[in-house]
Amino acid sequence: MPEISLLSGPEAVRVGFYVCHCGTNIGGTVDVKALAGYAASLPRVAVSRDYKYMCSDPGQALIEQDIADHKLNRVVVASCSPLLHEATFRRALGRAGLNPFFLQMVNIREHVSWVHLDKKAATEKAQDLVRAAVRRVALHKPLQKRRVDINPSVLVVGGGIAGIHAALTLADAGKQVYLVEREPTIGGHMAMFDKTFPTLDCAACILTPKMTAVGSHPNIKLWTYSEVVKVDGYVGNYKVQVKHKPRYVIDDLCIGCQECIAACVYKEGKTPDEFNLGLSKRKPVYLPFPQAVPQKVVIDRDTCIEFKSGKCKKTCIEACGDRLAIDFKQKETFDEIEIGAIILTTGFKTFAPERNPYSGYGRYPNVYTSLEVERLINASGPTGGEVILRDGKKPASVGIIHCVGSRDANTNRWCSKVCCMYSLKLAHLIKEHTGAEVFNFYIDMRTPGKGYEEFYDRLLDEGVHFVRGRVAEVSDWAVHPSEEGKLVIRAEDTLAGFVRRIPVDMVVLSVGLEPQADAQDVRRLFNISCASEGWFLERHPKLAPVSTFTEGIYIAGACQGPKDIPDSVAQAGAAAAEALALIDAKSVELEPYTASILEEECSGCKSCISLCPYQAIAFVEEKKRAYINEVLCKGCGTCVAGCPSGSIKQNFFEDEEIFEEIEGVLAYA
Amino acid sequence: MKYAYYPGCSLRGTGRAYEESLLAVFRALEVEVEEIDDWNCCGATTYMSVDELTSYALASRNLALAERDHSEIIAPCAACYLVLNKTQHYIRDYPDIKLVVTRALDAIGLKYHDKVRVRHPLDVLLNDVGPKAIAAKVKVPLNGLKIAPYYGCQIVRPYSTFDDQGDPTSMERLLEACGAKTVHYPLKTTCCGGSQKGTLPEVGLDLIHYLLSEAQKNGAEVITTVCPLCQFNLESFQKEAGDRHHPTAVPVLYFSQLLALALGAPADAIGLQRGFVPIGPVFANKEIAYA
Repeated sequence: MPEISLLSGPEAVRVGFYVCHCGTNIGGTVDVKALAGYAASLPRVAVSRDYKYMCSDPGQALIEQDIADHKLNRVVVASCSPLLHEATFRRALGRAGLNPFFLQMVNIREHVSWVHLDKKAATEKAQDLVRAAVRRVALHKPLQKRRVDINPSVLVVGGGIAGIHAALTLADAGKQVYLVEREPTIGGHMAMFDKTFPTLDCAACILTPKMTAVGSHPNIKLWTYSEVVKVDGYVGNYKVQVKHKPRYVIDDLCIGCQECIAACVYKEGKTPDEFNLGLSKRKPVYLPFPQAVPQKVVIDRDTCIEFKSGKCKKTCIEACGDRLAIDFKQKETFDEIEIGAIILTTGFKTFAPERNPYSGYGRYPNVYTSLEVERLINASGPTGGEVILRDGKKPASVGIIHCVGSRDANTNRWCSKVCCMYSLKLAHLIKEHTGAEVFNFYIDMRTPGKGYEEFYDRLLDEGVHFVRGRVAEVSDWAVHPSEEGKLVIRAEDTLAGFVRRIPVDMVVLSVGLEPQADAQDVRRLFNISCASEGWFLERHPKLAPVSTFTEGIYIAGACQGPKDIPDSVAQAGAAAAEALALIDAKSVELEPYTASILEEECSGCKSCISLCPYQAIAFVEEKKRAYINEVLCKGCGTCVAGCPSGSIKQNFFEDEEIFEEIEGVLAYA
Repeated sequence: MKYAYYPGCSLRGTGRAYEESLLAVFRALEVEVEEIDDWNCCGATTYMSVDELTSYALASRNLALAERDHSEIIAPCAACYLVLNKTQHYIRDYPDIKLVVTRALDAIGLKYHDKVRVRHPLDVLLNDVGPKAIAAKVKVPLNGLKIAPYYGCQIVRPYSTFDDQGDPTSMERLLEACGAKTVHYPLKTTCCGGSQKGTLPEVGLDLIHYLLSEAQKNGAEVITTVCPLCQFNLESFQKEAGDRHHPTAVPVLYFSQLLALALGAPADAIGLQRGFVPIGPVFANKEIAYA
C-alpha cells in the first residue's frame, strides 16, 4: 500500500486541514469545531483549524503561514464548492511554494450544510467527506498547467440583434469577427417588428444602421445563408467548418438591383413569404425584405421552375445581363476557420398556437399570432402597414390573449417575459391604426423594466380594456345575436368574479418564446449544455450569465432564455467583453487533468479511439499503441473508464486516488 | 385478445341502442369481448357525490372481477369510463383509499392488483382496429352524411388517455373512415347539462339548446355522442329546449349506431327505429342504402 511509505521518512506527508464557517452558512449546520478536532485525530494531519472565512485574505494567509511553520506538503480545505474557491486556495499554495495540486477541497456547504437540517448527522457526513479527502490528498502528485496561445478571432453564430451587437462590439475593438447566419439576411426577429416598447421607436430605424454597419465593417466577415457544421479544438484554438448554402446568385456580382425579381416568369408570387409569415406571397427569386443585409437576392430551388423542369425561359438571367450574377449550377461550399472564442446568439422561436386548440388558431382565419400582427402593422409588411382582416375589413374590436404557450402546465411552464409588454405595444398600435376597441386578457401584468410600468399606465389612460383571467376558448359559437359572425372570447374575469363572453372581430395570440427547434443539435455541436426546457445553460445564473461550461464559448440573447431587446443587447455586450478579456490575455492556462496511455499495458485494441468525444486519441501504427494528444484532451475520463485493460491514466483522477477517496468515505473511524 | 366488457346500467336502459350497435360493430370487426360476470354499479353520479369511498369500492369490484381473466376492460358509458379511471388513479395516489378498497374487496374474497387497463370503445376502435381496417369493411358508405361529433366532458377530462382534452378528434377519424363528413363543432366538449334538467331545468334546457342549435347552424344532419346521458339530454328534451328558444330537429345518435350501419347491421337491430327525432328521412336524403 502506498499509504505506509507516505507515513514516515523524509517525504512524509504532512496535511494541513482547514474548515470554513462561511459565516453561518456552514457553521450553522455543521459543528465546525468538532470537525476540526476530528480532522486533527486523522493520520498524517499535522495542523487542523477552523476559521470564519477561509477565502478571506487572513484565511489564505493562515494557510501560507502554516505551510512554512509546520512544513505542510498537503492541504485540505473544507468549505464551499471547488467551482468557487479551488483557484483561490491553489494560488495560496503556490505563493507558499507548494505545487497547487497538492490541494483537495471538501464541499461541505452545497453538499452538506445547505441540504441538511440535522446538525449531528450533517457533522457526521462532513467527517466522512473530510476523511476521504485527507486520505486522497496524500496521493496527489505535482502537476503543471499548460499554457497555449489564443487565436484572436471570434465566431458569432446568429445574426439577430444580439449577434449583430456582439459582432460590432468585437469588430470595433479591432478583432476579426466571423458572423454566421443561416437565413439569407441578418436582422432576426427584430427586423420583423414595427415599433419597439416602451419608447415606440421604429425597430427598423434603430436596427438597420447596425445591420449595414455589420455588412460594411472591415473586421467582420459576414456569412449569411450559412451554417456551422463542425466544431473542433478547445478554448483559444477552435477550428470550425462553415457550410454556405447555394443562393444560386454570386455574392460578389449581385448588386441588389432586383431586376431579376421583376423579370421572373412568375408574374405574381406563389410561395408563402417566410419573412411575412405567409401573409403574402413571394417569387422563387426574392429579397427577404427591403433593408436586407446583404442586399443579395436568393433563388429558392424548391419553387424555381428551372430547378423543377430545366425548361424555364430564365428571364432572370436576361435581366441580370452582363453582371452574370445568377448561377444555377452553384453548389454548397465550405470554409474552415480558426478562432479563439465563440458567441452563440441563436435566438428563439415563437410558440406554435396550433398546439393549443382552445386558441382557435388555424381554425378561425381572424385569429392571428402576435408576430403576424407585427407584420400587418409594419409599413413594409403584406398590407403596407394596414391592420386589416383576411377579408380586407378593418376590425372594430380586437382581443389580445396573453400567455399563449406560457405559464401553462400543458405546454410551457415558463413566463416568456416579453409578451405583456409587446401586447401593450400591439394594443396601442392597433388602436392607433384602426380605432378599434381593444381587450387584453391577462393572468398577471408583468411590466418590470425602465419605463415599462409607465407604458402600462399610458395604455390604461388610452382606454384599452384589461380583463384579468385566463381565456378558456375562442370560438364562433354565438349565444346572443350580437355575437353572430364574431369570434367570441370566453374567459373568467377573476376580478369581477364571473365568466365573460366578449365578441371581437380579430383575436391576437400573444405567443410565448421557445428554444429553437434545433437547439439540442446546436448544443451538441458546440458541446454546451441546455437546461431541461432547451434553453442554453449559462455557467452561473447570476455570476456567469453569458459563459457556458465550455471555456471560450459564450451565449447571449434569447437562446439563453426569453429576453427583450434591451436585455439581449446588454448580454451581447457582456459576451463580447468576456470574449475580449479572453483573447486579449493572448494565452490561456489549461487544466492538467489530461489522460495518457500506459504504453507497456496498452493492447492496441483501439476501443478508446471511438469513445473520445474530442478526437484526441490516435493510433500509432509502428508501436501498435494508442496515443492521446494532450492538447486536444479535455480530461472527460471517458477513455479511462472505457479501456478494457485499464491502461489509461488520468492526471488528478488516478485509480489509486479515487479508490483511496472511496475507502475514506466508507471507512468507519 | 379478448377484452372484458362492462356495459354498466345505462346500456341496459336508456342507452340500449348503444350496446346493440356497439356489439354489432365489435362482431363485424372481430373484436372479441366477454361481459364481466356479475358486474355491479360503477359508482357514478349518486354514489360519487354522496359517499365517495363506497363508490371506489364498487368500481374496484368491477376492476377486480375483470382482472381475473382479462388485461383490458372496455367501458362504453362515459360515466363508467371516468369512474373506473378515477378509481384506478385514486387507489394509486391515496393509501387511505387503497386501504378501504382492499378491506372491502377482502370481505368478498377479491383482490385488486391494478393490472387491468380501462379502455373506451373509441380508443379500441381507433388504435387497436384502426380507421383503415374499418374502411375496408364498410358495406354501406355514409355518403357524406354531415355529422357534429359531440364528446361531452367525461371521456377527455380530466384523464385524456387517448385524445386531446380541448379538441378530441377520434370520432371524426372513425366516422370519416365510413364515408361521413364532420362539421365544425366548437361545442364538442361543452356541458350537456348533466342532471341539471332535473334540478335547474332552465339551465339544463339552455345548455341543451346551445348544443343542438349550434350543430344545426353549422350544417350538421346528425349529432353523434359517446355518452348515454348526453344522448338522453339532447334527444329527450329537444322539443322542450326548442319551445324555450327556437325549434331544432337534429337526430342524436351514438357514434356506434352509424358505424354499425356502415358495417352492414340492419337499422332495426341497432336501435335506429327508436329515435325521437327520426333518422329515416336524413338517410333517405343522403341515399344511404342501409338494411
